[in-house]
Amino acid sequence: MAADPRGAPAPLLSVHDLKVHFFLGDGIVKAVDGVSFDVFPGEIFGIVGETGCGKSVAMRALLRIVEPPGRIVSGRILWRRSSRAEGPTSPTEQGGPGGNGVVDLAALPAGGPTMRAIRGAEIALIPQEPMAAFSPVHSVGGQIMEAIELHRGIHGSDARRLAAEICRQVGMPAPEQRLDDYAWQLSGGLRQRALIAMAVSCDPRLLVADEPTTAVDVTTQAQILRLLRRLQRERGAAVVFITHDLGVIAQMADRVMVMYLGRVMEQGPVDAIFHDAKHPYTQALLRSIPRLNSTTREHLPTISGSIPHPLNQPRGCPFHPRCPHAIPGTCDVRRPALRPVGEGHLASCFLYSDAEEPAVEGATPA
Amino acid sequence: MSAQEAHLWPAPQAQKRPEVPRQTGQPAATGAAARPAGTRPLLEVRHLRKYFPIHKGFSRRVVGHVRAVDDVSFSIMEGETLGLVGESGCGKTTAARCILRAHAPTGGEMWFRAASGDAVDLATLSRRELRPLRPQIQMIFQDPYASLNPRMSLADIVGEPLLVNGLRDRRARFEQVADLLRLVGLRPEFMARFPHAFSGGQRQRIGIARALALHPRLVVADEPVSALDVSVQAQILNLMMDLQKTLGLTYLFIGHNLSVVKHVCDRVAVMYVGKIVESAPTPELYRTPRHPYTAALLAAVPMPDPRHRSDDGELKGEVPSPANPPSGCYFHPRCPFAVERCRVEAPVLREITPAHLVSCHRAEELALTGVS
Amino acid sequence: MAEHVEAAGIPDAVGLPALSNAGAAAAPVGLGGAAAEDRVSLASNWTLIWWRFRRHRLAMASALVLVVFYLVVLVPDFFSTQDPEATDARLAFIPVQPPALLDRGRLGLTVPGVTGRRNPVTLRMEWQVDAARRTPLHVLARGYRYRVLGLIPTDIHLLGTGVPARTGVGVGAEDGVYLLGTDRLGRDQWSRLMHATRTSMTVGLAAVALSVVLGALLGGVSGYLGGWLDVGIQRLIELLQSLPTIPVWLAMSAALPRDWPPQKVFFAISLILALVGWTTLGREVRGRFLSLREEDFVLAAELAGCSRYRIITRHMLPAMTSHIIATSTLAIPVLIISETSLSFLGLGIRPPAISWGVLLQEAQNIQTVAQAPWLLVPGVFVVIAVLAFNLVGDGLRDAADPYGR
Repeated sequence: MAADPRGAPAPLLSVHDLKVHFFLGDGIVKAVDGVSFDVFPGEIFGIVGETGCGKSVAMRALLRIVEPPGRIVSGRILWRRSSRAEGPTSPTEQGGPGGNGVVDLAALPAGGPTMRAIRGAEIALIPQEPMAAFSPVHSVGGQIMEAIELHRGIHGSDARRLAAEICRQVGMPAPEQRLDDYAWQLSGGLRQRALIAMAVSCDPRLLVADEPTTAVDVTTQAQILRLLRRLQRERGAAVVFITHDLGVIAQMADRVMVMYLGRVMEQGPVDAIFHDAKHPYTQALLRSIPRLNSTTREHLPTISGSIPHPLNQPRGCPFHPRCPHAIPGTCDVRRPALRPVGEGHLASCFLYSDAEEPAVEGATPA
Repeated sequence: MSAQEAHLWPAPQAQKRPEVPRQTGQPAATGAAARPAGTRPLLEVRHLRKYFPIHKGFSRRVVGHVRAVDDVSFSIMEGETLGLVGESGCGKTTAARCILRAHAPTGGEMWFRAASGDAVDLATLSRRELRPLRPQIQMIFQDPYASLNPRMSLADIVGEPLLVNGLRDRRARFEQVADLLRLVGLRPEFMARFPHAFSGGQRQRIGIARALALHPRLVVADEPVSALDVSVQAQILNLMMDLQKTLGLTYLFIGHNLSVVKHVCDRVAVMYVGKIVESAPTPELYRTPRHPYTAALLAAVPMPDPRHRSDDGELKGEVPSPANPPSGCYFHPRCPFAVERCRVEAPVLREITPAHLVSCHRAEELALTGVS
Repeated sequence: MAEHVEAAGIPDAVGLPALSNAGAAAAPVGLGGAAAEDRVSLASNWTLIWWRFRRHRLAMASALVLVVFYLVVLVPDFFSTQDPEATDARLAFIPVQPPALLDRGRLGLTVPGVTGRRNPVTLRMEWQVDAARRTPLHVLARGYRYRVLGLIPTDIHLLGTGVPARTGVGVGAEDGVYLLGTDRLGRDQWSRLMHATRTSMTVGLAAVALSVVLGALLGGVSGYLGGWLDVGIQRLIELLQSLPTIPVWLAMSAALPRDWPPQKVFFAISLILALVGWTTLGREVRGRFLSLREEDFVLAAELAGCSRYRIITRHMLPAMTSHIIATSTLAIPVLIISETSLSFLGLGIRPPAISWGVLLQEAQNIQTVAQAPWLLVPGVFVVIAVLAFNLVGDGLRDAADPYGR
């Protein structure tokens, strides 16, 4: 994770070959099966995929909130700690290689002091459902102040002032009054803003937004997206933006990662993904969405078949049963590795590179 | 505000639109454009109202009403697809359920042209009178997980409408169920399986098969693809369009995703807090919206093209609650073109160009930007 | 949207699009991918519930215990060794004769004999276990005559000494086997316990069946039809629930004529217990119906033209059946204890009918208990039965509704 010799900044977050498996009574579901990506400071990194692609699980792994029967099986999540890192850091918890403040989050105990210090203060989560994320018996202001008090060591009326200021920054009208409201008293858009306020209250360097606009109307969504872009610019935070909506990704992300069935299909700058998609899955996905400027009543091109059951994953490349370009004898036997196909643009497909993943012991028989 | 000021309304999309490569899908069969739409409407809704009373206090006296549907009128010609769009709380789902008589409307008329040729007002029929008409109006639901009884097999689910309407012979029923399953793209061998075995897209197909079992004339589709994955949405939309051609169905398509609605609908009506604010043929509505809310909605849709990003055109404020709507035009607190008259007087839905209705005092003078 | 929301919760975080979580987790182990998927997809709801229940080891063990209990209920005489009605004052308070498998190195089921001695002061026979004398015990031995299920006459018993006896007249102490001793009237406790099991376990069943019918009917009507009927039934429920239970039982039991035959008393007790016990289930059914009424699949059934009756019986009640069964299984132990308590107080089932409560009535006297502590064993049976029902009920409830939906 050393700085690029060409002068490009070193990544803030570097995930190497992350694997998160769920050990169910009837088999192992490989929810995340070898995912690698980097997030650089100040950029918006979008993760897009459909049901079962593992984007939510990967996000939970970042924050170490994967619940049993799932757990991180292998891989590293290298996080560059800020120089003003607070909280106890026992020597035994440094975890992993990399000096100068780089920790391997996967190696830390999930409930340990280091992880708790990082969670909330350095990496914050904007969850999907505001009603579920707020406690119904505490006021919104109280919950925001709790985060401030825990991580920034500011208490009492100072904390309250800070909370009101943050609420004002996220565009809440009359923030002082809103602090005493309960989550269920606020409208949908205000709740979402309060959630964002809580997430940015400790000035995190990485925001993880898990489908933050799926549950809101399209006009509210436009407001929230605009707010996130502004906050991100002002504070210089990096954002990992998870969604299934390609339109939102196109509007928000600087770099995009397309996931399918726990693996990365394609990764690269947003323009390359949308205008020069290399992987057949990405291409098919982009073709199949109805667009506002399309012609009415035409048949939409579809991807044949449906997403396979996670316990029944195909051998070889996970997309090959539905791929129009599948090469028999190759795509159904070996798994392609993620390789460059352009400037900063990677894809895992045998059409572009013959590199394959090493065979895994005990792979599921076809 | 003058026409010049209207141009200050920032264009949500760039004026120059790059040529989008032509989609590789086949166009709908030649019948699409030349489809013979009926001259008389299949369904004509006039001044539909549905108010829910708000109770308060120990004696549960009525203190007000939630005006979920507030004087809505539209008509659907036979064989066409009418889209009803709007955000949460606009009343589109309530209106659909009134048409299906899941709710009893508070006021208004819903004239349906039955197979016999007579026009009946669905709002005034009793339960018993409604029963013979039930097969002709069916519904496709939004949530594929809640719309199928998890304890019944596919054969039972799809066969129930047949059974209840007189087809008692099991073999004949199962044959029809097999035909229906094939029609929606499922293998008939799946008849013995239970809903938990199927994915969301497949469940939606099962729901469609059930809706078609009685050969309905009008199908109300309540956000049929909102709960599905992106790649599956296309399959279901294609299926619905094919079925419309083959079976001569008429759709009332309810949705909130404007791209989807544009794709399947012949005409679109936009609702806001219980009222229709604009209604026009699809290409015209999208290209030249005449109501500021429509324009704002179109501007808010995120384009799946990173080369067209814009920070302009954000609509301020929130959707008002239907229990306490603003005075005058409901949209005036958020409308960038509002004048004093908008605050005081509620506009009327009127025809501004043929087949294009708008409910805005300033519709003639505003030049709003749409999408091409 | 639902599909994406589903991807956020556990175990949906795994993103199982095709199988319900419970189905995937419950399918029999050992089948590979596609075959397992097929088996689960063809499984009806009941099969899924059974698979989930099977994994609950404690519940399965308890279910086995209950099966044994209900075998006893079916043919109590088979499990008895003596005629439970046979009295013989001379055989009072014979202590427990525990069976042993090994007798001085020889394999064979035996019980120690008893020797009696007449107490010179009280002139009563006092018995003691004599380890020296051993009476052989035979499996499937002949004993007193009885009828299986009241139809088939036979005299085979599970255990016995092989000495036939005349019905109504006890066997002599030398020839009899008293696995749990005798009471003050010389009646064999073990045999009485077997018969008591039948009564106590079926009172619970009958009462619960009645409660379920009343609760489901009234709750369902209340929930589905609403309006004044709903209001009326709910107020009735509240009234019944606000009555203090024990005084009500006492009053109603005392109101029963003393000269009624035991069977009549039996049914009357069941009725009384059910009339007060249906209210909880009624409330729950009503609540579920209210929410089920809004479900999409119910609306779809209405649109298809289903009659109200069909919707209730085919769509709404089946959604509740697993819940009702689980709740009932948990309600039975309450009723067993209620009956036992009433009978213990002499206000429920009365002698000569036998139930656990009646047997425990014999142990009310402290002196009696000091002399013959084995008379308390029926209490152990009550505990076992109640525990078993509770565990099975818990297992059923978890299997039917694993996520508390």
